[in-house]
Formats: sequence, C-alpha cells, structure tokens
Amino acid sequence: MVERIKDWISRFYLGLIILFLYAPIAVLIVLSFNSSRSRVVWGGFTLNWYSRLFSNRQIGEALSTTLIVALLSALIATVIGVLGALGIHAMREKNYQLVMVFTNIPMVNADIVTGIALMLWFVHFIPLGFGSVLLAHITFNIPYVILSVMPKIRQMNVSLYEAARDLGAGPVYGFFKVLLPQLAGGIVSGFFMAFTMSMDDFVITYFTKGPGVNTLSTMIYGEIRKGIKPEMYALSTLIFAFVFVILLAANYLPQRKKKTVKERR
Amino acid sequence: MNKLKSINKRSWLSSPYIVWIIGFTVIPMIVIFRYALTNPDGGFTFSQITAILDPVHLRALVFSLEIAVGSTLVCILLSYPLVLAMRRLNLGKQGFALFILILPMWMNFILRVLAWQMILSKNGILNFVLKGLGLEPLAIANTGTAIMIGMVYDYLPYMVLPIFNAVAEIDEDIIEAAKDLGAGGLTIFRKIILPLSIPGLLSGIVMVFVPSMTSFVVSDILGGGKLQLVGNIIEQEFTKNMNWNLGSGLSVSLMIFVLISMAFTMKHDVEGKGSAIW
Repeated sequence: MVERIKDWISRFYLGLIILFLYAPIAVLIVLSFNSSRSRVVWGGFTLNWYSRLFSNRQIGEALSTTLIVALLSALIATVIGVLGALGIHAMREKNYQLVMVFTNIPMVNADIVTGIALMLWFVHFIPLGFGSVLLAHITFNIPYVILSVMPKIRQMNVSLYEAARDLGAGPVYGFFKVLLPQLAGGIVSGFFMAFTMSMDDFVITYFTKGPGVNTLSTMIYGEIRKGIKPEMYALSTLIFAFVFVILLAANYLPQRKKKTVKERR
Repeated sequence: MNKLKSINKRSWLSSPYIVWIIGFTVIPMIVIFRYALTNPDGGFTFSQITAILDPVHLRALVFSLEIAVGSTLVCILLSYPLVLAMRRLNLGKQGFALFILILPMWMNFILRVLAWQMILSKNGILNFVLKGLGLEPLAIANTGTAIMIGMVYDYLPYMVLPIFNAVAEIDEDIIEAAKDLGAGGLTIFRKIILPLSIPGLLSGIVMVFVPSMTSFVVSDILGGGKLQLVGNIIEQEFTKNMNWNLGSGLSVSLMIFVLISMAFTMKHDVEGKGSAIW
C-alpha cells in the first residue's frame, strides 16, 4: 500500500515537472495556429502561418544560415576535435593537463565573455559576418567533441592498432579501419552535441555576427520589441515536431533491436 | 618503451587543435584583457576593471548573484525528487529521461522565454487559470521571481542530467543491502544517494550557476527591461554606449568573480561535464 502511494506521488511529481517543461512549448504551438496576430487573443484556427512561412525570404535565409553554420561548425569541430583528442591523449602528462585546461576555458567561461572576446579579436582581421560566426561556433564546439571522445580513447585498445600495423596496415588504413571504429560512439555523440549547441546558441552569435547576417535566434531577438512574426512560431513548431520524431525513433527503435539480440542469447 | 615512442609520435595529430586554441582561445583572452586595461585613448588603467565597484554596477552584480544562487538552489531542490521519481518508476533505462529533458531544448530558447512572458504577464495564462479557480491573481511579471522562473526553466535539464547520470550508476545491490540492514528511505538518501551523486551535483551547479549569473536575455524579456543583471549592463556597453573598454573591463571582472565562486565548488575536474548531457 505504502509502495503504491509512493509510486503515485512519483508519477504526480514527474507530471508536474513535465507540465512545467512543456507548458511554454504548448503555448508556442497553439500560437502557430492562431489566426489573430495578437499574442493574447485567440482568433480561431488557421494554417495560414505555415503556408506564409514558405514564402518568407528572411526566415528562409535565417534558417539556412542557422543550419549551414551548425552543420559546418559541427563537422569541422569534429575533425579537429577527434584528431586533437587522439594527439592530446598521446602527450606527456604535463602537456596533457595544460591543453585540457585550455579546452575547458570556453566551457566554463560565460558565453557573454567568450562572445565579446572573440568579437574584439575578429574585428582586427575579418569583417563580422558569416565567416566570423562560423569561426566562433567551431571554437565553442571543439571542447564538446573532445570531451565526448576522450573517454572512448582512454578505453581504446591501442594494441589492436599496433597489431594491425605489424600485420602490414599503413597508418592511414589502420587509422580508419582500427582506431576510428573504436571511437565511433564518442564521435557521433560529440558531433550531435556540437550541432545542437550551435543550433541553440544565441549569445556568442549575437556578438560575433555583423549586420545583415542572422540566425534564427538573433532574428527572433531582433523582433522582440516589434512583435514576433507568427511564421516564426510555425517554423519552431515544425522544427520541434521534426526533432520529436527523430528522437523518438532514435530512442525506441534501436532499443528493440538490442532487446531481441539479448533474448536470442 | 617501443609502444611509448609510437604513442608519443601520435601527438602531432593535435597540432590543428593547438593552433586553434592559440588563435581563438588564448589570443581573444589577451585581447579582452588589453581592452579591459586601457582607456579609449589607449593609456593603461585599472579603472575599467574597478568600475564594477561603481554603485550601479555593484547593484547589478549583487542582483545577478542573488538570481544565480536562487536559481541554482531551486534547480537542486527540484532535481533530486525528480531523479528519485525517475529511478523509482524505472524510467531511466529507456532513455525516457534524456528524451523528456532534451526535447524542450529544440524549441528556440528565446521563444520559450517569451512564452513564459505570456504565461506570467498580468493578463496572462497563469492569472487566467487562477481566476478560473477563484484564486487571487499573482503579480509576478517583471519581477526577480519571473527572471528566476525563466532561469530555472532554461537550466533545469543541466542540473537534472548530471545528477541523474550519477544516481543511475549507483548499484541497486547497495541500496538493497541498506534496506536489509534496516535503513529507511531518508537514511538511504542521506548516506548513499546524496554522497554518490556529489560529482554530478557539482557539475550541475557549474552548468546552472555560470549561465544564470551571466545571462542577459532572460532578464531582458522577463524583467521588463527595468531589472538589470550584470550581463545586461555589459551588453549595453557594447551595443548602445559603444564603450568597448568599459564593457571589456566589466566582462573581465565578471569572469574573475565567476571563477572565484566556482573555485569553491569545482575542486574536481570538469571532464564529465560535456558527456554528462548525453
């Protein structure tokens, strides 16, 4: 009986937290279907904002900038980060510690300080714009890749690579066929984390972007005073729904596979 | 010896990263310190750094500290029951926890804060519901409470996930053994779960305290533009007053302040921090 009550309390509390986390999201989704432009008046159901979304050039540009920056910065950060992690791991203890301190700087530092410091430096050699935003995003993404790959490198079996080399594999072949597969999990999660961080970033982009370049975040921030275009709610709802489906698939499909493998054993 | 040599040879792989650290972490830090230590006309001065002691700035710093400490504490108080509830309902293993906590991050962060403005405003959804229940409406809009709700909302996952990961690793046998020896729920929490989750708790504190201490967006939207955190003051020095030296000086002071407050909590390494999210 007591256990049942405890279960019930747990469910209730979990429900409250879910309500807290998802209430604002529900508000935004409702607004994307609201035919009134006002944020407080419900004017009836419409799909108008969804159809207008596709003809809105500004939003389209901001979306493509956001995606291109996220994709490119995550890719470049993954390459530099994986090579970096492999190299750092091979360093002498003292150098290893030193590099890890610098790796942690962008993570522990406040975004506002990182953004301002990069901006102050960038203005000395490149115009603020797409390029500076990309450089900034790569910079704050690399540590995420390194920190998610490093534990995998520690667990990695170096002898396998040595054995492959002894058996005649070249360094490049050995790298791709023996080292990388052992790190795959860390690399993939590092990449996705970098991608997510880049998509989600506002502060660093805000300071390092020039006029004329906008990601979705900086565009929304610029619209706060004038009022957010309802198309933006529609776009966010679409992105949210898309990620929801992807995460659902990623979380539950492989699970089933794993289970069947286990059962067979 | 042979192995060591071949391993040490591998360290050249990190050269692109080393170049990147120097180019985009070390030099920018030097540049911001250079701005922070000079006048607009180029002369050396400490006045940009000490400007944080100016009453207006100091008030913003103290207010930021209050908000950050408050948000961090509320996040801790909300996280432990949540983690225990998820453990109890066995939701951890299905990736449900990650799913529920990470999904909201995919709705744009500024839009979510704006949604809170709509919920908390005078004629907003919360007061509408309260009125419907026959209760007194609340005047939360544009107060420190509203800012704190926004911060807690934004950063709660950063507190829950590392604690959850730490608690998930606790061996069920230990807890069973404690139960067999007669420990009650409270004792198990105090003697097993809390101590073993300390590393997760510490990285959670860092990940909530630093952004809530330095944010300017949440306070901008939910504080109604009147309540200023130190982040708002720095932002305005760059975008409105165009005083880069003062802005840099305040940033450097803020950075030093955050580092000092973190030194108390962060004696452990932060390496688990990134991987803790996923």
